[in-house]
Amino acid sequence: MEEPRFNDLYRDIILDHYRRPRGRTPVTSPDVENEGLNPVCGDEVKVSIKLEDGRVKHVSVLGRGCAISTASGSMLAELLPGKTLDEVEKLFKAFKRMMHDEGVPQDVEIGDLDSLEGVKNYPVRIKCALLSWVTLEDALNSLRSGQNQLDKTTTTELEGKGGFAL
Amino acid sequence: MSAAGTITSGPPAQARKLDVARIRGDFPILKRQVHGKRLVYLDNAATTQKPECMIEALGSFYRTSNANIHRGIHKLAEEATGLYEATRKVVARFLGGADPHGVIFTRNCTEAINLVAYAWGRHNIKPGDEVLLTEMEHHSNLVPWIILAREKGAVLKHIPLQENGTLRLDDLDKLVTPRTKLVSCMMVSNALGTINPVGEIAAMARRVGAKVLLDGAQALPHLPVDVKKLDFDFLAFSAHKMLGPTGVGVLHARPELLRSMEPFLGGGEMIREVRHDSATWNEVPHKFEAGTPNIADVAAFSSSIEYLEAIGMPQVREHELSLCRYAMAELRKIPSIRILGPEDPNLRSGVVSFVDQDLHPHDLSQILDQHGVAIRAGHHCAQLVMRFFKTVATARASFYIYNDRDDIDVLVESLRLARKYFGF
Repeated sequence: MEEPRFNDLYRDIILDHYRRPRGRTPVTSPDVENEGLNPVCGDEVKVSIKLEDGRVKHVSVLGRGCAISTASGSMLAELLPGKTLDEVEKLFKAFKRMMHDEGVPQDVEIGDLDSLEGVKNYPVRIKCALLSWVTLEDALNSLRSGQNQLDKTTTTELEGKGGFAL
Repeated sequence: MSAAGTITSGPPAQARKLDVARIRGDFPILKRQVHGKRLVYLDNAATTQKPECMIEALGSFYRTSNANIHRGIHKLAEEATGLYEATRKVVARFLGGADPHGVIFTRNCTEAINLVAYAWGRHNIKPGDEVLLTEMEHHSNLVPWIILAREKGAVLKHIPLQENGTLRLDDLDKLVTPRTKLVSCMMVSNALGTINPVGEIAAMARRVGAKVLLDGAQALPHLPVDVKKLDFDFLAFSAHKMLGPTGVGVLHARPELLRSMEPFLGGGEMIREVRHDSATWNEVPHKFEAGTPNIADVAAFSSSIEYLEAIGMPQVREHELSLCRYAMAELRKIPSIRILGPEDPNLRSGVVSFVDQDLHPHDLSQILDQHGVAIRAGHHCAQLVMRFFKTVATARASFYIYNDRDDIDVLVESLRLARKYFGF
């Protein structure tokens, strides 16, 4: 039996992020934090951000998920530090456009996220790729509307403990 | 397994072996390739594939007999009505000689359960009354009762799961109380494959006069079931999980009970007489079949049942048991894989739910797909089960009459390659 080929889905960069995910050191006293749930598979993620002088200083993306959601969260953790919240918003809007096959604006530097483009061809997996990003988006939206971030802005139902391993 | 009541879980004494090669020839879809590979279809608990005879019956209905049923005074209407009603009799026969008046066609098994929740539950469940479910249930046998309990101020209780994937019945006598009005339980778990001791559970329900609903969605397609020997009030199942078309479910109950119930949906066909502000109801089962039903699919469903009858349900059971035993033995050779549910294949249907400690079920399923292998990855609409086993998802292989050991070999080899692919 041959080994499978996934030139468009499990790219090497994705597998690298999956095996060694970035942003696994929990952020203490975060300014922005939210938990999200993928209703398709029940995967959970917690995204936490510490700000300094209006820019992202530390990011943690915790939880366990499939290769796609883990890699995407890892890329989020790699890309955000140093960015203002406006720049963060630009980035996740660009990534969402990529997932929905609407084209990425030229002026946005998306880094390794580029490797996730093939996911758009696997409709069920788009939610995996977007999980940590929409979780962050919800948190930022709540932050703007003036809610206390540390009260948890979870908009998706979250129950039970994460992780698929037994 | 005597606890399973009349569900036969062991092989019959003199069962003929299934001629799988011949059976495969009856299923056109099995000839297709997926990603250049032979299709290995192991997602039968979600839906089964369809034999040529059913596909032909469906096409034939539309080509030659299509009409609306019951009231038309013309040849096509008579033929269509005849085909639709003939399936009711075939279903009744398949159930072991049930009264066809107690066979209601719904859209699916979920609708059949909802029918009970609305037409019986809303008029019989009072504030403080209790509905006893199990932690193993599919969402279709949880959510209708959550909705009803919220509306009525009723209390939901659950027979707990235990580590070995069976129900813990130790405290059943405490869970069933004088306030228990309904016990609703799946016969076979879609997530774990467990065959439940529904006879024992029903007996406890009867001690307090509670009604019993059995969700047979995963039982009727796989095990010999004789309703005359099974204690229940309502039995729900689905056509598409037993070689039939999608869009057809069955609710079976005694006609007297159905007569005593209020209607579910109102509209054409379910009435006898309509006035400005009142109406009287049609005879059962028509009282519960408002509007134009899924005529063509119901008509075609009889050919699926006849196909199963020709093979014989004891033979179906023995075949699946043999595949299940083989699959469990082969999967156990991969140390990172843990199989959920009963260790003894005799206690389960042809469903093997498993978790690889290193790989997410989504990724596994994606790689398997590249090998032409279709399994299911997810919570299987059984989030209570996932939560009990502290997981969010499992991979599930489920077998049927057209599967053989080769299919399982491809599954297991693909799992090994998936592990290698991800570097484990």
